[in-house]
Amino acid sequence: MTKTTSILMGGVGGQGIVLASKLLAHVIQAHGKELKISEIHGMAQRGGSVLTYIRYGDEVASPIIEVGQADIILASEKLEAWRWLPYLRQGGIMICSTQEIKPMPVITGAQKYPEKILEKLQELAAAGKLGALYAINALAVAKHCGEPKAANVALLGLLAHCLEFPLQSYLEALEAVVPEKYLEVNKNTFLLGYQTLMRQQ
Amino acid sequence: MERKLMSGNEAIARGAYEAGVRFAAAYPGTPSTEVLEFAATYDEIHAQWAPNEKVALEEGIGAALAGSRALVAMKHVGLNVAADPLMTASYVGVNAGLVVVVADDPGMHSSQNEQDSRQYARFAKVPLIEPADSQEAKDFLKLAYEISEKFDTPVILRSSTRISHAQSLVILAGRHEVPIRPYEKNIAKRVMMPAFARPRHVAVEERLQKLAQYAEDTPLNMIEWRDTKIGVICAGISYQQVREALPEASILKLGLSYPLPQQLIREFAEVVEELYVVEELDPFFEEQIKAMGIKVRGKELFPMTGEIHPNLIAEKILGRPLAEKLEVPAWEEEPVPTRPPVLCPGCPHRSVFYVLKKLKLLVSGDIGCYTLGALPPLDAMDSVICMGASISAGLGYEKGNPELKGKIVSVIGDSTFFHSGLTGLMDVVYNQGSTLTIILDNRITAMTGHQDNPGTGYTLKGEPTVALEIGPICKALGVKRVREVDPYDLPALEAAIKEEVAAPEPSVIIARRACALLDKSPKTALNIDPEKCKVCNSCMRLGCPAIVKTEDKVTIDAALCVGCGVCVQVCKFNAIVKAGGEND
Ligand SMILES: Cc1ncc(C[n+]2csc(CCOP(=O)(O)OP(=O)(O)O)c2C)c(N)n1
Repeated sequence: MTKTTSILMGGVGGQGIVLASKLLAHVIQAHGKELKISEIHGMAQRGGSVLTYIRYGDEVASPIIEVGQADIILASEKLEAWRWLPYLRQGGIMICSTQEIKPMPVITGAQKYPEKILEKLQELAAAGKLGALYAINALAVAKHCGEPKAANVALLGLLAHCLEFPLQSYLEALEAVVPEKYLEVNKNTFLLGYQTLMRQQ
Repeated sequence: MERKLMSGNEAIARGAYEAGVRFAAAYPGTPSTEVLEFAATYDEIHAQWAPNEKVALEEGIGAALAGSRALVAMKHVGLNVAADPLMTASYVGVNAGLVVVVADDPGMHSSQNEQDSRQYARFAKVPLIEPADSQEAKDFLKLAYEISEKFDTPVILRSSTRISHAQSLVILAGRHEVPIRPYEKNIAKRVMMPAFARPRHVAVEERLQKLAQYAEDTPLNMIEWRDTKIGVICAGISYQQVREALPEASILKLGLSYPLPQQLIREFAEVVEELYVVEELDPFFEEQIKAMGIKVRGKELFPMTGEIHPNLIAEKILGRPLAEKLEVPAWEEEPVPTRPPVLCPGCPHRSVFYVLKKLKLLVSGDIGCYTLGALPPLDAMDSVICMGASISAGLGYEKGNPELKGKIVSVIGDSTFFHSGLTGLMDVVYNQGSTLTIILDNRITAMTGHQDNPGTGYTLKGEPTVALEIGPICKALGVKRVREVDPYDLPALEAAIKEEVAAPEPSVIIARRACALLDKSPKTALNIDPEKCKVCNSCMRLGCPAIVKTEDKVTIDAALCVGCGVCVQVCKFNAIVKAGGEND
C-alpha cells in the first residue's frame, strides 16, 4: 500500500470540528483520492473532547489514527493539542489554536490546566521533533471576520499550507459546503488564517 | 462514476432505499441513531421512531409479514430489549425481507456495556452479516434482503462504531422497486404455540444447514490470497485493521459470518502456515473454528475488551509496532486533565440533582443526559443499569432494605419513561411501594441528538401528531400524587421533593422544562458582582460550566451562560446579577 496521509482534528464539543472536516473531505475528494473519516461524537454536544480522524491516499484501510501515526494534528484548543500530541509522528506538524477552554475538573479545581503548553510545544519544535508548529488565536481571527463559530476554518487556512492541494480547491470546497449566508465570512476567515502563516514566515 | 462520502449509517439507509424497503422503525441509540434519520429522508420509506426496540422489531415483523421489505435498527443493548421477538421471529420467518441492523460499541465510546451482539445470531439461529466499510454497508444490506427472502428468515446486519460513524466513498445505485408481496394467512407457520412451534424449530435447524452451505459459495465470504505465511480470519472493522497492520498477509474475509463457511475455513487453514483470528470482544469465530479441530490463535494474543487497533495487531503478530512514538518527556510528567461531558449551561436537569444531593437521598438512576448527574460535583446517583431500571430498581431498594424507605428517588427522562418506565411505575403502585419518581421532562430525547418521542407531538418525518401527556399517564397507572414543577424554580423544586419523598404512597414529580439547547429565545448572561461575592463556592456546587473559579474569585463566562438563574437562587449574598448581555 502506498503512503496514506493521516490528519487528526481535536477540539471541544460545539467548536465546529465537523465543518472543518467536511471542507477538507471535499478538497480531498475533488482530487480523486480515497478517504476515510472517523468521528467520535458520542457525547460531544455536552462539552466533551471531540476527535476526528481523516486519512487519505491511493488506498486507505483503517479509519483510525493511533499513537505516533498522525502526519498533522489540527487542534482547536490548547489543551486538546497537548492531549493528542502523542498521536503525532516524529516530524509531524502541529497546528493549534491558542484558545483555552477549561474542562470541568479544572473548573471545580480537581485538576490543573497544564501550564506553558505553547512553550513546551515550541521546545519540541526547536528540538526538531515536530516538523512545524503553527499556533494562532483562531477564535480571534474568526471573531475579527465576524463569526466566532468559524474558528476552525481559520485553522484550515493554516492546514492548506501543509497539504498538496491548491488554494483554489479550498475556496471551491467552501462554496460547495457552506450555506450562501455564511460563505463570505467563512471565506474571509479561511483566507485570514492562510495569510497569518505567510506573515509568520 | 460519482461517489458519495457517506457514514456507514447513511450507507445502510441508502441500501434500504435501493433495496426497495418500505418500512423502517427504530429507537435511537449511539452509534445506530442516524440509520433511521437518513432513512426518513427518502419519501419511499415509511420511517418511524418506536418507543423502544422491542416495539420497533415487532412492527418490522408485522410489516414484513404484511408483504413490505422492512428494516429495524438499534444499538447493541437495544437488541436485548428486542431479544424476545427476535428469538421467535426466527421460527416464524418472513414474507418480504426483514433485516435487523444492530450497531455494537466496542470500547464503549457511548454505551453502558460492550456486549458482542454477534452472539444473538447464533442464539436466534439467524444469518449474520458484517460489512467492513460504507460501500459494503450499502451493498451487503441489499444482499441481506435477498438472503432473508430466499431462506425465509430475519437477518442481522451487524455494524460497530467504526463502521457506523466512519465515512468512506460509496457508489450509488437507483431504487429497485419491490412490490408488496401478497398477504396470505398461514396459522401453522405464524401462530407460535407449542404444536405449531415444534415443526418450526425443525425448519429453523434445517434452514441453518442450508445457510451453512450457502456461506461456502456466497460472494460475501472471500479469500484474499497474498503471502501464505500468515493467514487471518476476520470480519467487519477488524478486516480494515488487519489490512492496515499486515498488508502482506492472506485474509479470509467473512461477510456472512454466521453460520460459518466450514469448508472455506478448512481450505484457508490448510494453505497458510500460521492461522490467526482477529475479532473484537468475544472469541466468536475462534471458538467455533477450534471446535472444528483447527489450530488457530486469537484471544491468547488479543484482548476480550475494547477495540483492536492496527498497532496491536502488528505487535502481536509481527512482533513490532507500526509506528514509532514521539518522545515527549513533559507529557508524561503531569496528567493531562480529562474533559468529561457535562450537563450544559442552563440544563434543566442540573437543579434536580443539586437538590437530591443536598437532601442526601438515594437516587436510583437511569440512562440519558441526566446520567451526568452522577459526576462531580453533583454526585447524585446511586446506580444506573439499563433503560427503565430506575423505577423498578428503586422499588427493589425499598423492598430490599426497610431502612431506605422514605429516602428513595427514581430519576428518569421523558424518552426513557416512554421506552420502559411505565411498567415499573405500574408495579410501584401494584406492590404498594412509596418511592418518589422524578420524570425529567425536557421534551425531547436529548442524549442521542434530539429525537422526537411520543411526548413531543412530532413524528420522525416531522409531521405533527398526538403528544402523549405524562401526568395523565401516571395517574392512569394508579399514582395519586402527581405534580409538575419548573426545575428552574429551586425553592418550589426542593419543597416538592421533600414533601413527595416523605409521602407513604407512590408519587411522581414531573420536572418540566425544554432542553436548554433547544430553547432559542434570547439569552441574557449573568454576572458576579465581585464586591458582593464572598467566594463561598456555593454556586460552584451546581457544576455549571459557565461558572469558573480562578485563584481568588468566581466569574461567569458570558459566552456560555444562558441566564437560567438557578445560581442566583443558590447565592446567599445576592452577588449574581443580570449583566448587560456583553458577549465576549
Ligand atoms: C436499550 C437502549 N436503547 C437506547 C439507548 C441509548 N440511549 C441512552 S439514553 C437515551 C435517551 C435518553 O432520553 P431521555 O430519557 O429523554 O433523557 P435526556 O437525554 O433527554 O435527558 C437513549 C436513546 C440505550 N442506552 N439503551
